[in-house]
Amino acid sequence: MANGLRAVIDVDGLDEVITRLRVQGFSTIGPTCRDGAIVYDEIEATGELPRGWADDQDAGTYRLVRRDDEALFGYAVGPHSWKQYLHPPGELLFEVRRDGGGFVIEERPEPKSRYAFIGVRACELAAIGVQDRVLVESEHPAGGYSVRRGEAFLLAVDCGEPGGSCFCVSMGTGPGVSSGFDLALTELMSGEHRFLVRVGSDAGAAVLGEVASREATGEDLAEARRVVEMAGARMGRHLDTDGLPVLLAENLEHPRWDDVARRCLTCTNCTLVCPTCFCSTVEDLTTLDGQRAQRWQRWDSCFTLGFSELHGSPVRHSTRGRYRQWLTHKLGTWWEQFGESGCVGCGRCITWCPVGIDMTAEVAALRRPGVDASANPEEVR
Amino acid sequence: MVPTRYRVATKRQELTDTWTLGLEPVDEPLEPWSPGQFNMLWAFGVGEVAISISGSEDDTLLHTVRRVGAGTEAVCALAEGEMLGLRGPFGSRWRTVEARGKDVVILAGGIGLAPLRPAIRQLLLDRGSYGRISILVGARHPEDLLFVEEMSRWAESPGVDVEITVDTASSGWSGHVGVVTSLMDRVEIDGSSVHGFACGPEVMMRFAAKALTDRGVAPTAIDVSLERNMKCAIAQCGHCQLGPTFVCRDGPVLDYATAQPLMMVRER
Repeated sequence: MANGLRAVIDVDGLDEVITRLRVQGFSTIGPTCRDGAIVYDEIEATGELPRGWADDQDAGTYRLVRRDDEALFGYAVGPHSWKQYLHPPGELLFEVRRDGGGFVIEERPEPKSRYAFIGVRACELAAIGVQDRVLVESEHPAGGYSVRRGEAFLLAVDCGEPGGSCFCVSMGTGPGVSSGFDLALTELMSGEHRFLVRVGSDAGAAVLGEVASREATGEDLAEARRVVEMAGARMGRHLDTDGLPVLLAENLEHPRWDDVARRCLTCTNCTLVCPTCFCSTVEDLTTLDGQRAQRWQRWDSCFTLGFSELHGSPVRHSTRGRYRQWLTHKLGTWWEQFGESGCVGCGRCITWCPVGIDMTAEVAALRRPGVDASANPEEVR
Repeated sequence: MVPTRYRVATKRQELTDTWTLGLEPVDEPLEPWSPGQFNMLWAFGVGEVAISISGSEDDTLLHTVRRVGAGTEAVCALAEGEMLGLRGPFGSRWRTVEARGKDVVILAGGIGLAPLRPAIRQLLLDRGSYGRISILVGARHPEDLLFVEEMSRWAESPGVDVEITVDTASSGWSGHVGVVTSLMDRVEIDGSSVHGFACGPEVMMRFAAKALTDRGVAPTAIDVSLERNMKCAIAQCGHCQLGPTFVCRDGPVLDYATAQPLMMVRER
């Protein structure tokens, strides 16, 4: 089968796709409802997908709501992202044991799983690409990430139900999936519940070839186009990206940073839910007898005080400095570092901020000229 | 992220809180290094610290380490014969090659002399390629001066001035007192044909660079060496970011035209 081929499968067909992937030895990871949210976990069948659920999202707000249909992918993205599998919160780097006066460095355990991700959205495919630029397309590719990424099977799905915090259209990443997948679905609900399937790789073609499908009709293709167009027209938010890196670089002392700093709790939620935030730290663990040591890589966040510590005190001691670092990196300096934006417009940082800080609103505020303190000296504190 | 095993071959106490460790490979040695670059030194079960290479002798890599935190304390506590892990070399080098044909002014503050030492050694080995070489060294107190014997040997080379100052004198000190930039008065330079190198606390480097630019040296002809928190040294952990710069990869040595705007914003 050639890449780009389009076929149609039903829900049983999607079950069969998942089964085929499991037979091939993949851990199949997909969205599922847990604790009032749609999270990612190992699933074995479509019955574990959030059938008939949608999510109501806004700044600082997330609620699951019932749909009036049985859609399997009728929601936006939840608090999890695929980075927790590809770039996990904790990863053993190496283990060492004492040996006489010295030590022996032991082989790092093989990265565990071959993952098949079920239901990867366009913004998330973009996010995986962003992390690839940092962790794989580097002079020193990250070993564990590179292996897991190279082996991952990506079953993508076009977004038909963007959330209130979504702005992928502004970032040019969605809502339709265009490349970087093995198989891509568009869920079609009019008439028979079915999926238009596009093939993006030989691995994807091989899986689809083992599943009962029919050729896509003009009607299937037209409905799929409509699903994506309508999603694109219903973005919850908009980010004006015009000249953004320059705007940020020229406004490092804008009074808005003080304003947002009064609201930001530096809780790190935004960096944890962000699918592109890659920062990590390292931690050494030793056994009580001091004979063995392990070195772990763990997620870190630029919102912590310790992140920038130098000679016992942080470089970015204020909330202002830390929020500014996060936003100017994500939307500005990322371009100089990696030739693209560090934001894919998934909206997670907006939804999961406990005080509802909205980066699209912060950027809009930064576009308004700051009060020139020198013009009105009485207002200077 | 997995280190290579090295062994402490030599250990020399430089100051009350500073040692120079000579490290020799137990396994395959690391790749060749250049002055200005650094290694990550891992002490068993404690952690890793970024330390500039302060020289080499045969196969032995020298690192001059000041005891300031848990990581450097563990490294400084290693005895001759003990093992540690090394990754590197990382980062950019001093532009000694690009400075050929020019006069050179070097400003070092405190432990900042350690990363500059291999550059100075390189300049002196290639003495004919440079004009006058002025080495201006500052420390807090006389007893904080590094490499005193070696500095007096440098001063014996033709056309090399070594000027030393301390912030606070103690009894027996008959030398200059004042910040390192105050030594600039003793240097006659034609700014248009000078390459400057500065290493020390960030505020000292800003003033050093200003002293040089005030004398007509172009910011692009001044090298400074920046320091930030580093965990991975391969531009993947995010800690050392300074604006668009990953200090571990793009630095630590940056030309001042690049570094100045980054250094001028508080909490950048």
